[in-house]
Amino acid sequence: MSVREISQPTHGNRELSERERATVRLNVEQASFAYAANPQAAPTFTLAGTSFQARERELVAILGPNASGKSTLLRLISGTIAPLSGRVELDGQETSRLDPRTRAQRIAVVHQESSILYAARAGDFVLQGRYPYGRALRLATSEDVTIARNALAQVGAEHLAGRTISELSGGEKQRIILARALAQQPRLVLLDEPTLHLDIGAQVELLERLRQLAEENKYAVVVVTHELALAAEFADQVVLLHHGTCLRVGTPAAVYQRELLEQVFDAPLDVEIGPAGRPRVHLHARRNEDST
Amino acid sequence: MRPLTLKRLLWTCAALATVLLACIVLALKLGAVPVSVVDLVVNLGRIAIGNSDQLPSDYRLIIFELRLPRILLGVLVGASLSVSGASFQALLRNPLADPFVLGVSSGAALGSLLALTIAPQFPLITPLGAFLGALATITAVYFLGRREGQLDSTTLLLGGIISASFLSAMIMFLVTTLSGRDLRGIVFWLMGDLSTPVPTGLRWIFAVGLFAGIGAIYTTAPDLNLLLTGEREAIHLGVDVTRVKLVVYVSASLLTALAVSASGAIGYVGLLVPHAVRLVFGADYRLLIPASALCGAIAIVLADTLARTVAAPTELPVGAMTAMAGAPVFIYLLRRGMR
Repeated sequence: MSVREISQPTHGNRELSERERATVRLNVEQASFAYAANPQAAPTFTLAGTSFQARERELVAILGPNASGKSTLLRLISGTIAPLSGRVELDGQETSRLDPRTRAQRIAVVHQESSILYAARAGDFVLQGRYPYGRALRLATSEDVTIARNALAQVGAEHLAGRTISELSGGEKQRIILARALAQQPRLVLLDEPTLHLDIGAQVELLERLRQLAEENKYAVVVVTHELALAAEFADQVVLLHHGTCLRVGTPAAVYQRELLEQVFDAPLDVEIGPAGRPRVHLHARRNEDST
Repeated sequence: MRPLTLKRLLWTCAALATVLLACIVLALKLGAVPVSVVDLVVNLGRIAIGNSDQLPSDYRLIIFELRLPRILLGVLVGASLSVSGASFQALLRNPLADPFVLGVSSGAALGSLLALTIAPQFPLITPLGAFLGALATITAVYFLGRREGQLDSTTLLLGGIISASFLSAMIMFLVTTLSGRDLRGIVFWLMGDLSTPVPTGLRWIFAVGLFAGIGAIYTTAPDLNLLLTGEREAIHLGVDVTRVKLVVYVSASLLTALAVSASGAIGYVGLLVPHAVRLVFGADYRLLIPASALCGAIAIVLADTLARTVAAPTELPVGAMTAMAGAPVFIYLLRRGMR
């Protein structure tokens, strides 16, 4: 059975009825994209039409193995590229048509890692999140400082403000980067593989914090990840991508089906539904008889 | 949290400007003919109130026609090379970037030399040729330094160093074949010295160019702060990266061209000065750019005073002084970066 046969283009989020009443922040409607070396050449990678919605207070995980189109979808949502067809709207406005400053006031993007060339204090780094609101020289106002302080407090990092970023641990650095995103006071927070360089404790802490922030600040949060277990545990919705095609959109319980995940991730695994209704994934070693 | 305030910015610049002024007075005093500070201040006062005709004539010659133009040239060269070095470092995300290391100075030198041989009758042709040479070189080095669409720091530096040595060879060739083994000419273009003053008619153009170049780069100072954390992140924080790159590459090339067409390729100033300023005042470009301009001017004025006096009456090229100080710092930064 091929992946395409088991997949059904479904938007079956019937279980979301309670959340459905919340305002839709992000609306991705049949958005597609193609990369080509030049406009005449055949595209080297395509992302087929993808649709999903993210409401305020909701955490959506874009899930898939490497080269499945996750980063392309993230770039479409962030508005740095325009979709080839379809649309990507934040509060009814196409993200790729917003001017850079307005976009930065509404969408915060957190990347895998942020390397800083020269020693910078964590507090000054968080203040950079106020850049899209500033005038000519972007000298920080007292309001900016208050917002940056609050952002640091929200990620539990007030004590790090005076430290140099290069001397922080991976988890602490991730909190500072997240605080800068919060200082942007966005409506949508996008995270690109945020757990990549974190150990398991810091991964769980980050996702719990994201859940809480989405709740408190009414953000919509979209996380790109290949971590099956984390997406299952923390996401309200999962968008499953494979080879540039969106296979499923729905709650983790609806998306996590053993045969589907085994083919997408090319690994033998079991899926069981836990007591809270969230799926649990168990990997197991490939046995000889399976490798036919 | 201690964000940069306007007050701190202005105070720092005022303090550095005072130091620069003191260095200028010191440089006017020191030299083959000793001059007392009191005389100097009195005579500077006379100039300031417009009574310059009361000056003794030997004074006038030594101080105002020999030393002062050379010192002001040092100010121009130091300020422009430091600011272009600092801005290349942010844009290329490379702490070792400097107009000399990247070959931009050599490109400017070759450009102005070529322009001078083609059309020596136009006085403006040297800075113009230098500007085109600088712009062409930074464009070439930028593309040489890219691997798989990303700027690679080692490739970029190698590209710059290779370009510099190629362009220096061309300069050597041109100077020896065209002007009949003028060794002084070669030293001027390859190592840089301040002994040839800017022609009187061009001085205001150099002054305007200096302020326009630094001013244009300064408008992008907050953007350069964000570019230090990466181009993609800067875009997501609302920086118009294409515009910033255009403004900074053109302005930094202009500044390098001004310095090189007036003094040859003085090296390592753009590397040494911004790093020293970062150590003292931090890496915020809103402060780093004016502070680098002032400290660069101070450094070159002092270095040239040393070059004039250390082996007097023989004068060393100031480029030799900066290279002696700069090369060890370059190696230190390189090794620190590798760890």
